[in-house]
Amino acid sequence: MAVVAQSSRFSKLFWPVLAWTVALVFFFPIFWLIFTSFKTDADAVKPDHLIFFKPTLENYINMTENYDYWRFAINSVITSTFATVLALVVGVPAAYAMAFNPTRHTKDVLLWMLSTKMLPAAAVLYPMTFLTKNFLDIYDTHFLVILVLCLINLPIVIWMLFTYFKEIPKEIIEAGKMDGVSTWGEIKDILIPLAWGGVASTALLCFIFCWNEAYWTVRLTTTEASTLSKLIEGNRAPEGLFFGRLSAVSTAAVAPIIVLGWFCQKQLVQGLTFGAVK
Amino acid sequence: MAGLTIRDARKAYGETQVIHGIDLDIADGDFVVFVGPSGCGKSTLLRMIAGLEEVTSGDISIGDRVVNDVAPADRGVAMVFQTYALYPHMTVYKNMAFGLIQAKTPKDEIDRRVREAAKILDIENYLERTPRALSGGQRQRVAIGRAIVREPDVFLFDEPLSNLDAALRGQTRLEIARLHQRLKTTIVYVTHDQVEAMTLADKIVVLRDGLIEQYGAPMELYENPANKFVAEFIGSPSMNFFEASQEKGGFSIGGKKVSVKLSQEVNAIDIGIRPEHLKQTTKQKAVLSGTLDVVEQLGDHVLAHLVTGQGNEFIAKFETLGDIKLGDTLHFDATKENIHFFDKTSGARLV
Ligand SMILES: Nc1ncnc2c1ncn2[C@@H]1O[C@H](COP(=O)(O)OP(=O)(O)OP(=O)(O)O)[C@@H](O)[C@H]1O
Ligand SMILES: [Mg+2]
Repeated sequence: MAVVAQSSRFSKLFWPVLAWTVALVFFFPIFWLIFTSFKTDADAVKPDHLIFFKPTLENYINMTENYDYWRFAINSVITSTFATVLALVVGVPAAYAMAFNPTRHTKDVLLWMLSTKMLPAAAVLYPMTFLTKNFLDIYDTHFLVILVLCLINLPIVIWMLFTYFKEIPKEIIEAGKMDGVSTWGEIKDILIPLAWGGVASTALLCFIFCWNEAYWTVRLTTTEASTLSKLIEGNRAPEGLFFGRLSAVSTAAVAPIIVLGWFCQKQLVQGLTFGAVK
Repeated sequence: MAGLTIRDARKAYGETQVIHGIDLDIADGDFVVFVGPSGCGKSTLLRMIAGLEEVTSGDISIGDRVVNDVAPADRGVAMVFQTYALYPHMTVYKNMAFGLIQAKTPKDEIDRRVREAAKILDIENYLERTPRALSGGQRQRVAIGRAIVREPDVFLFDEPLSNLDAALRGQTRLEIARLHQRLKTTIVYVTHDQVEAMTLADKIVVLRDGLIEQYGAPMELYENPANKFVAEFIGSPSMNFFEASQEKGGFSIGGKKVSVKLSQEVNAIDIGIRPEHLKQTTKQKAVLSGTLDVVEQLGDHVLAHLVTGQGNEFIAKFETLGDIKLGDTLHFDATKENIHFFDKTSGARLV
C-alpha cells in the first residue's frame, strides 16, 4: 500500500514538472524573441544587458516606417487566403470523388500525391526559377506565390479532406442521388455541412502552412509579391548584427498566426481528432 | 404506378461476377421480396434497380421504359436504406422535402405532401427535430416518409427493419403491410428474414449466388419448393431432410416404405418433411422414428429435436409434449403431399 501511495505521489509531482519543463523549453525561443524585440540593436548584443535593459518600441516603429512591414503583411494575408481558397476549390471535389467514387487507382493516386512531398524542394529550384522568370514571366507576382503555395499544400489538403469525407456514410450521399441532387448540390448541401469541422480544420492548417512557408516565397519573389518570410530573411542576411530589429520583425511576422491559432485552438484540436459525424 | 421488368441482368465488379443473369417480371402493385443468404446479391440487384449500381449487361425496365441509363432520381423509384441514411443536419421536414425541392415542386405542394406523409406515419410532432433527436423507429419512419412524398412508381427497401429491436420490427412490419394496402404501389423489399418475406410478400424471389432459385407466391414456395435450397430456406424451423434408401417401388427412411413414382431415374434422393407436418403415430404406421434428444419450449408450441436410428437429426413440432420424456422413441407419419423428394446431387425437386 505504502509503495503504491508513494509512487502515485511521485508521479503526481513528476509528470506535471516534466510537462512544464518541456513546455518551457519549447516556449523559450519565442519568449526570447519577443523579449529581444524590445531591446535596441546595441543592447541586444551586450552581455550586461542580457536581462536588464531599457525597453523600447524603436524597433517596431522603425519596422513600420522604414521597412514597409504592412506591405509584406498584406501580401502574406492575400497570398495565404487565396492559396487556401484555391486549394479547397480544387481539393474538395477531388477528395469527394476519391471518397465516394473510388476506382482501382484511387489509393495509388493518393500515395503518389503524398510522394511529391518527399521530393526535396531544392532539387527543383533551378527549373522553377528559370520557368517562372525567363519562360512564363510570372516571377515575383502574387499569382505565382498563390499558385505555388496552393500546389505545395494541395496533397495535404486532399489527404485531410479525404479522411474526413470517408467518415460520412456512403448511403447519405446515395440518398442524395436518389433525391436528384446534382454533384455540386451534393457537395454544397450535404458533404460540406456534414464535414464542416473537417473542412474548417483543413482550411486553417493550410492557411498556417501558407503563412509560414519560406523556401519558395523567399526565392520566387523580390519585392512586389514578397511575404513576411521575405521580410525576416531580408533583415537577417546583409547586416547580421541587428538582433533587436530582426526580433521585432520576426515577432510581428509570427504574431498574427499565433493569435489565429490560439483563437481556433479548439477547432484545430477537434479537427485533428475528428471522427464523429454519425 | 408501374411494374418492373428485368431481362438477363448481370453485374460484375472487375473480374468477379456477382449477378449472373436475372430475368424477372414484377406486376404493377405487387409486393415482391428478395430473400437469400448473405452475399447472394440481394442488395446489388436492388441497387441496380435503383440506379446506384451500373448494370454490366441486360436491361431493367420500369413500366415500359428501359432505365439502364436513367439517373436514379428520374427512374420513378424511391429507396429506404437499412441505415436510414437521413441527412443529419436537416430537420425531419427538410429531410422529407429535400427531394421535392430538388425537383422544383411548388412550395405548397411540398408542404401538403410532407404533412400528409407525416400523418400516415405518425411523425407530425417531430417535423422540426433533427434525426439525432429521434429513436431508431422514428428515424425509420422518417426514411419511409422521405420515400412516400416522392410518390414513386416503385418503392425499394433494403433490409429496413434489421436495425430495429424485435418488438418494433414486428410493429413496423405491420405498418409497411398497411402502407402497401393503402398506396398499392409496387414494392421491392430485400430481407434475409424469411418470416418478413412470408408475411409481407405477394411474391418471393429466392436468390442464391446471383441467380434466382425460385419466384412465386409465399405458399407456393412453402408447398412446392423448386429445390432443396428453397425448401430449406423457406419455413421456420427449416425442413428436415433424410437420406433415403431405394426399395422396390419406393423409398425408406427407416420406417414404413414411402411409395412414389418419380418422373426421372436418379441414383440417390433426399426426402424432406417439415417439422409441422410430422404427426405422431404407431410404430407400424411410422415412416420415421427417432429418440427425443432436446426440447425447446416456445410457449404456444414445442420443438422436439430427435435423432433417427441412422444418426440423422430432425425436428418435430408439437402443441404440447404431454408425458413424453427425453430418451423416448417417437414414431411419425406425414401425409403424402407433405413429403418432398429431391435429387441428392442436383437438389432439384422430383415429383
Ligand atoms: N463494390 C463491390 N466490389 C466487389 N464486390 C462486391 C461489391 N459490392 C458487393 N460485392 C459482392 O457482391 C456480392 C453480393 O453482395 P450484396 O451486398 O448484394 O449481398 P446481399 O445479398 O445484399 O448480402 P447481405 O444479406 O449480407 O446484405 C457479395 O459477394 C459481395 O462481396
Ligand atoms: Mg445487403
